[in-house]
Amino acid sequence: MLYFSKLRIFFVSVISLFFILVTSSNLFKFDNDLLNKKINLGLDLQGGSYLLLEIDNSPVIEQKLQNLSTTVRNHFKEKNIRVINLRISNQKLYFSVEDQFKQKVLDEFNNENSNINPYYSRFKSHQLEIVEIDDVFNVNFSKQGIIELKTSSQDQALEIVRRRIDEIGTNEPNILKRGNDRILVELPGLDDPMRIKSLLGKTANLTFRFVSNSNEDSFGVEKLKYVDSSEETNVSKRIILSGDNLLDAQPRMNNETNETVVSFTLDRVGAKRFGKATSTGIGKQLAIVLDGKIISAPVIRDTIASGSGQISGGFTFQSATDLALLLRSGALPAPLNIIEERTVGPDLGQDSINAGIIALIIGFVLVILFIFIKYKIFGLITNITLIINLFLLVGILTIFEATLTLPGIAGIILTVGMAVDANVLIFERIKEELKNEKNNLIAFDSGYTKSRTAILDANITTLLAAIILFFMGSGPIKGFSLTLGIGIFTTLFSVYFIARLLTVIYVSKNKEKQGLI
Amino acid sequence: MVAFNKYYNKFNILSASLVIISLILLIFKGLNFGIDFKGGTLIELRSTDTKINVSSLRDNLNQMNLGDVSVKNFGNEKDFLIKFENSDNKNVIEEIKTNLDKSFGNNFNFRRVENVGPKVSAELLKSGVIAISVALTLMLIYIWIRFEWQFSLGAILALFHDVIVTLGLFSLLGLEINLSIIAAVLTIVGYSMNDTVVIFDRVRENLRKYSDIKIYDLTNISINETLSRTLITSITTLLALLSIFLFGGEILKGFSLAMIFGVIFGTYSSIYIANTVLVRLRVSQKTVLREKD
Repeated sequence: MLYFSKLRIFFVSVISLFFILVTSSNLFKFDNDLLNKKINLGLDLQGGSYLLLEIDNSPVIEQKLQNLSTTVRNHFKEKNIRVINLRISNQKLYFSVEDQFKQKVLDEFNNENSNINPYYSRFKSHQLEIVEIDDVFNVNFSKQGIIELKTSSQDQALEIVRRRIDEIGTNEPNILKRGNDRILVELPGLDDPMRIKSLLGKTANLTFRFVSNSNEDSFGVEKLKYVDSSEETNVSKRIILSGDNLLDAQPRMNNETNETVVSFTLDRVGAKRFGKATSTGIGKQLAIVLDGKIISAPVIRDTIASGSGQISGGFTFQSATDLALLLRSGALPAPLNIIEERTVGPDLGQDSINAGIIALIIGFVLVILFIFIKYKIFGLITNITLIINLFLLVGILTIFEATLTLPGIAGIILTVGMAVDANVLIFERIKEELKNEKNNLIAFDSGYTKSRTAILDANITTLLAAIILFFMGSGPIKGFSLTLGIGIFTTLFSVYFIARLLTVIYVSKNKEKQGLI
Repeated sequence: MVAFNKYYNKFNILSASLVIISLILLIFKGLNFGIDFKGGTLIELRSTDTKINVSSLRDNLNQMNLGDVSVKNFGNEKDFLIKFENSDNKNVIEEIKTNLDKSFGNNFNFRRVENVGPKVSAELLKSGVIAISVALTLMLIYIWIRFEWQFSLGAILALFHDVIVTLGLFSLLGLEINLSIIAAVLTIVGYSMNDTVVIFDRVRENLRKYSDIKIYDLTNISINETLSRTLITSITTLLALLSIFLFGGEILKGFSLAMIFGVIFGTYSSIYIANTVLVRLRVSQKTVLREKD
């Protein structure tokens, strides 16, 4: 245990120096790429916002079933099967057919090449499940069908969320999927997430529909409220144009009315439809509906063939800017709910950094003093090891550009307190050995050997706790488990290589000295 | 040499009563769950106006129909912590801002806002319970591989004692349980195990060495031989924790306090619970030799 080759001494020194250099790169600027790395500060230290969004997929399911009902009706009509009592409730589609067609309907649904019920051969499952209860077919999404649907709406929502956040232009946002119906958004440096929250909270489903007073409308009408008043108007269910047809939208000042408006440009298809609708509908009111509420319903005075137009609705400049942004970035496939929010202001973050550093320094000094008083020269060795240990720990965090959180700093301080344990175990063992063994070298050697299992045990138990925390914990707590876990490895390295090297050097020079420790 | 073994019975009775009291507290008084586990909203405010105090803030917020609002100082006179249950109002934070600015002038800095929905808090609680259970199970498996079953039982009883009594103390003092407390409890589990294993290692070594000493005295010898290590490590760990508690800021207070309790209980339990289990199970040299030979 007490032999060190020249090569090993060289490697230990190089590694230690390297990590000291890497750690110091957090404070100074280096030109070298490897040394130019920095620890990431967690949102709790640099300030920022953490939002967990959940996609409410029930409208998507409703919509898909709505489409399905049309498909089912048309599909069986072609085959001369009359579908009766077709209706949707509780996320299920119900319908009946005459008795002689029942088997045919079931075959159509359960056929692997079915046109109305896609088959996922990878999962050996259809998109829909069909059962017959009391002469009524119940159709609902299968487990796999729901998963497919959620994954696809999550993909779309993620894209839209990214576009909206990019439009606002925040600092290096982090947008990630969580499970199959959640999106995690981390916005460093943002201390007031109000605007982003309100932008993410809107589906931004825009439609242009005629105000229709008659019940003759073959598409049906629905009563919708205005955004800014409780007034209601009947609006046709027929959609002339939707947000999908928009190429661009910008806030503008209308010079004639001195009002802020949102001007928009339509794509080719949209322009054609808009032109046709405005030419046939002169004199009618065209309602502009956003998320089920009417923004405004201007009277069409002229045919608009240019493919561009304006939306007015008593906007302030801010609300017009936001609406334009929402329209540009597109509609969400489903509403998003913010189910968890954690926001830390930048000054609290800075306070936490300061407090963490002060606690680290004081804790460090207390431990170092105590160990020095207790073990004198070997205390000094332990303390040098402890300092290098700290450099190793921070160095590793830096190389991996890991995220340091406030609990992470607590983990570093705790590592300082617990790291001396291994050296203490060794020194106490050596003391015991020296009681029966007069030869310093032999006593030190057996002290190191005999304490090894206890040290391993002690560190493995802490490591187990850290690993569990890493996988179970979230955000800041992960930071704690990270520093605690890495701290165990750097502690073992520094105790067995650095502290042992220093001990060996000292002991070989004082072979004959009595009461060495 | 300190005669720890003379007090085995007394401290066993003490520990048993502490565990029972803790369990009673946990069942009847329960834990003061923070918003991480209960759901709700937390706001940390700093006011620049010294005239604003807890009661004026509370009166103001009570007019907003937020349900049960708790307002208290956070670390000093100008920082406040406001907590209330989940509301359906998505703009509640904005409304509080407007309301406070209107009533007190623009004198507030919103330093921290946390809002945890009911679904998330239920999940966090579940994963916290799972994390602690998994940790205890893994420790059990580890110690079962490393030692004979009598030792495993001793170590696990010590662990349960530490976790239950620490949580009992949190219940008694009404301290808040949040995510960082779960981290603290897990670290306590690791620390307590660490402490126990070091003593057990020595017990086993001594069992092989001295065939004529009974376990009652043998545990005492082993405790004494490892005592200075136990104390030094506990002291340095406590020094580090004390430094976090005193200087690490308000947010880490609960965490470091839980750890301080845990380290003290952990050190105590490795001496007075883990070892007494060995004594009561009449562990002898045969226990450790049977497997190895």
